[in-house]
Parts: sequence; C-alpha cells; structure tokens
Amino acid sequence: MKKTPDDFISQDYQYGFVTKIDADALPKGLSEDVVRAISAKKNEPAWMLEWRLKAFQTWKRMEEPHWQNVKYPKIDYQDIIYYSAPKNAKDGPKSLDEVDPELLETYKKLGIPLEEQSRLAGVAVDAVFDSVSVATTFKDTLKKAGVIFCSFSEAVKEHPDLIKQYLGSVVPVSDNFFAALNAAVFSDGSFVYIPKGVRCPMELSTYFRINAAETGQFERTLIVAEEGSHVSYLEGCTAPMRDRNQLHAAVVELVAHKNAQIKYSTVQNWYTGGREGKGGIYNFVTKRGKCAGENSKISWTQVETGSAITWKYPSCILQGDNSVGEFYSVALTNHHQQADTGTKMIHIGKNTKSTIISKGISARYGKNTYRGLVKILPKAEGARNYTQCDSLLIGHECAANTFPYIEVENNSAQVEHEATTSKISEDQLFYCQARGIGAENAVSMIVNGFCKEVFKELPMEFAVEAAKLLNVSLEGSVG
Amino acid sequence: MDIPGISNSYFLRAAVNEKRLANGEKELDAAEFLKLAREKMKALEMDSAFLSRPVNEGFSGGEKKRNEILQMDMLEPKLGLLDETDSGLDIDALKTVSEGVNLLRSPERAFVLVTHYQRLLSYIQPDFVHVLMDGKIVKSGDKSLALELESKGYDWIREAAAK
Repeated sequence: MKKTPDDFISQDYQYGFVTKIDADALPKGLSEDVVRAISAKKNEPAWMLEWRLKAFQTWKRMEEPHWQNVKYPKIDYQDIIYYSAPKNAKDGPKSLDEVDPELLETYKKLGIPLEEQSRLAGVAVDAVFDSVSVATTFKDTLKKAGVIFCSFSEAVKEHPDLIKQYLGSVVPVSDNFFAALNAAVFSDGSFVYIPKGVRCPMELSTYFRINAAETGQFERTLIVAEEGSHVSYLEGCTAPMRDRNQLHAAVVELVAHKNAQIKYSTVQNWYTGGREGKGGIYNFVTKRGKCAGENSKISWTQVETGSAITWKYPSCILQGDNSVGEFYSVALTNHHQQADTGTKMIHIGKNTKSTIISKGISARYGKNTYRGLVKILPKAEGARNYTQCDSLLIGHECAANTFPYIEVENNSAQVEHEATTSKISEDQLFYCQARGIGAENAVSMIVNGFCKEVFKELPMEFAVEAAKLLNVSLEGSVG
Repeated sequence: MDIPGISNSYFLRAAVNEKRLANGEKELDAAEFLKLAREKMKALEMDSAFLSRPVNEGFSGGEKKRNEILQMDMLEPKLGLLDETDSGLDIDALKTVSEGVNLLRSPERAFVLVTHYQRLLSYIQPDFVHVLMDGKIVKSGDKSLALELESKGYDWIREAAAK
C-alpha cells in the first residue's frame, strides 16, 4: 500500500499510567483561605505567606488573557485542586529508602535514574511529584562544589535571603495572569544557586509529573548564577492520561550575573489529549531569564511534543553589555494539539546579541504558532539579532503561523529575520524511496534533519531522547 | 531534491543498509560504511568532505550529478537507468559523470542512458543505440548510429518509420 506523509502519525501515549498513592489534597477552589492553607501545609515563614497573599490580590484584579492563537473552553478556576501531595511526605523523606516504593516505580517507568546509579548518568535529579519534591540526589557532590540545588520549599526555609532577593525579580507577580496565579498558589519547584566562579560539576535536572486528577501543577524554578559561573539545567515533563483537562502554570526565573552562563533545556512530553483531543494538559508557562551582568549568557532550548495546549515564551532580558540570549525550539503539534510559542529578546545593554531558531512541525489537525518579540531599546548600541523560523507541515489539515514582532529604537542595531514554510513533499519521499529507504524511515529522517540545528544544542543524552520522542510522536503516520 | 540537515553519509548508510537487510545481509556499522564510502569516493575522485554535507543542499548541478553517481556506486544496482544525466552539465562535470559510469561498467551491470545528444557518447562508448519514438524502438544499431544521427538529425528516421 502506498504511504503518504499524512498517514504518519503517533502511537499511544506510553506514560499514561496513574500511580495509586494516598494524596493529601485540599478541596477544589481558590480563595484566600486556600492560599493560607497551602502556606501553612508547607510551614512557610510569614514573609512568604505575605508574598502569596499579595499575589492572590493581584491575580483577582487581573483577567485571563485571550490574545493567543489557541482555542479552549473556559477554565473554571474554582474547579481545580490547588494542592496535592503524597501523604507520607509530611515530614519529607530523608533518603531514598523512605520514599514510597510505588513512587520510585513510577519514576522507573518514566526512565528517570533516581537511585544513586544515576550518578553514572551524571545527572542530579530533583523530582517533583505533584506538589512536593520527593527526593533530591547528589546533594553531597554538589555541596562540595558549593552549589545549592534543592526544592523550593527547602530553599524558602534554608536560604531565605537568596529567595527574598531573587523571587519575582525576573517575572514580577503582576507580570501576567498565570504568573500571578502561580505566585499565589505555587506548591513547590526547584532552586539552584551557583556561587561565584563555579562550574557546576554535573547537569542538573528536574522531572515534573502531574499525577492527581484535576490538579493544577504550579511549580516555580529559580536559578541564580553568580559571577563567572556555569550551569546546565534540564527539565523533562510527563503526565498521566486523563480525559479532563489539567492546568500547568509554572514560572521559571533565571538570573545570570557578570560572565555567567545558564543553559536551560526542556524536553516536554505532557499528555496531549489523544487522537480526539480529549483531555490533556494546558501548559501556560512563564519562563524568563535576565542577563544581569556584562558578558553573561542565557540559552533556552526546548523540544515540545506534549500538552494539549502549549503557551509559552522563554525569554531573555539582555541587560548587561555584551550579553547573549539564545532560543532554540522544536515544537511538534499532532492530532488536535495547539501551540503558541516563541520567545522575547529584550536588548537593553550595548552590543547585546540574540539568536532565535524556531522549528515548528504540524501534523494531522495540529496548530502551531510562532510568536516572537525582538525589542532593541534606545541604549542598546550595536545590538544584533538573528531570527530563523521554519515550519514543516505534514498532511493537509494542519496549520502553521508565524507572528514576529520587531521593535527597534536604536539605529545601529542589526536585526535579521528569516522564515520558511515547507511541506514534507511527495518528491522528497520519492527521492528517498527510489533509493530504497522506506516511507516511515524517510519521514523521520526528514523531520530529524529539519530539527537538527536545535537538537545539536541539547546535552548529548537529551538529544538522543528528543530524537526518539519525535519519532514516537510521528510513528504510524505513514499507514 | 534536497534534504536539509541530513548528511550524505547518514542518508547513504540508511539506503545501503535497507538494501542489505532486504537481501538478508548484515547492516554496515558506521566505521564499515565510512571505509567503503571513502574507497569508492577515491575511485570516483570525489572529495570525502562530500559525506558530511547535507543531501544535495546547496549543491551545484554538477555536484548533484556526481552525488547520484556515488549513490549508484554505493547501492550497486544490476541495472542503472540514467535519464538525461548530461543535461545542464558543463564539460568538466560531464567528464566526471562519464568516468564514473565507465568505472561502474561491468559485464554484471547494464546501463541504459537516455540522451538527446551524441556528446555524452564520446565519453561513454555504447554497445547498442536505440531510437525511441512514440514509446517504441524504431531503429537500433551500434555507436555509429549515434554519429549518423548527430550529422543527419532525426527526420530521416521519422520518415522511414512512417512508411
């Protein structure tokens, strides 16, 4: 039978299992009492509760934005559970032995090396299971280097000065509707602090997973790289299969001081809502990095294959002179998935440079939108930007859009924008098949080739995983 | 036809291995493949930098043709059909392509060259020449037929065929 690119799509979501664990959850709904209850459950100091309450007041005055190019039914914010934690976590596990074996089993299925053997993989994992950080590995190695890598709740208690100094410094509470919501109800997350001149001895990684039904996951990540330090951070995401939609509204803040470098990589494989587009994750995330010092560099790399709806713009504020911002993205929308993603590069300092490489792939009924802002402020003498947006279409029903916004207020700036839209053509397939390469292999080869510029930015193990994930997501589409 | 992001070596190895699998042979690993490819390219006087370039992306007309000769060499077909392989080639490229074909020529491998000009045939000596008209072979001969066509054109064959 002749296969066409249109047939080439998707096998079932293999991470759609549910872990049965007694959860300590708050009732549905959001009110000041809920915010207080979350804070109390986490034994937070008064200043943290104050911050949350202020955020909640701000959020109440804001309206849910609807300018993005995605469609979804109205979200009822009173119909969401804002806090859910595995029950035994009350005192927090002291070591891996205390962690619920079923939890460990879940992580095993996800292929996360949580046990000490993961040292071989060179990855330190801070695993977030619903709202509580379950176990953090490699604390000792990191401690020797002076690196702080812990759950957010722990950081609030152990390093309150750092948290007070940096929390909300890049993404202010009032930044947007979902950031404000997150600030009010965030339950946990990761905190990373790299001291002056330290090169983090291993890749740091957080694996997020939404388990409890009808639970929003609101985590925060804060990474601070002091002068001359380096860190590479990986984030991977999966969620079980449910036919109700779930909300994920996270906030990620990065701060890079003078000569510091932060590399933030995401491989996202949330549940997509299946072939009919029923259920799945709404991923409304605010990610932003500030290149505060001169010669600092922040690099975002993301591979998005999951979520029913993805809505996020990992951005860079290039404040320090000569600072560099990078954004490399592959976004795949298959079946009924929708994505409105891109980046913002705000050039403030002199000779700041930014690079944007965005690859969107749409298949079946997928809808993929690139939206990006390059802003050159008046004092950004000699600023440069290069943007490349490529879209690849597979089949006839899918859509790709590109909305680049460019605002230049300094004459010496150089801004380049290139965009292409292409289809996996019958000709390309024929060329491969004429040389004996099967249709499925050919499609995956063409798609991987299309994404190569982004994959090469990922850490080695992640690049392999990303390529595999892409193949799995496309499997069966030439039928 | 180009495939951005996929190197020639990756593409060729995939093709070679699919063929080997179909023939019940063992797949070549990267090292074995590279060794084989380099040998063949040396014989074809091709720069091995070719292998790391994306398939046909930014290739000149001549490079694309040369690439096809390499693909043919790697895939070792029993029968090669070269359809107007001389179109758009400058003299040097024409020479390279012809040398490639001559190199691959053997009693175990047949070639069918489709061309409008005699020029290609000064580099590749054909065993047979057939004239195809309206889907039928209307005249056959040896290489002298090609020379005759070059000087007299096709009209006389058309007339002869009409009779």
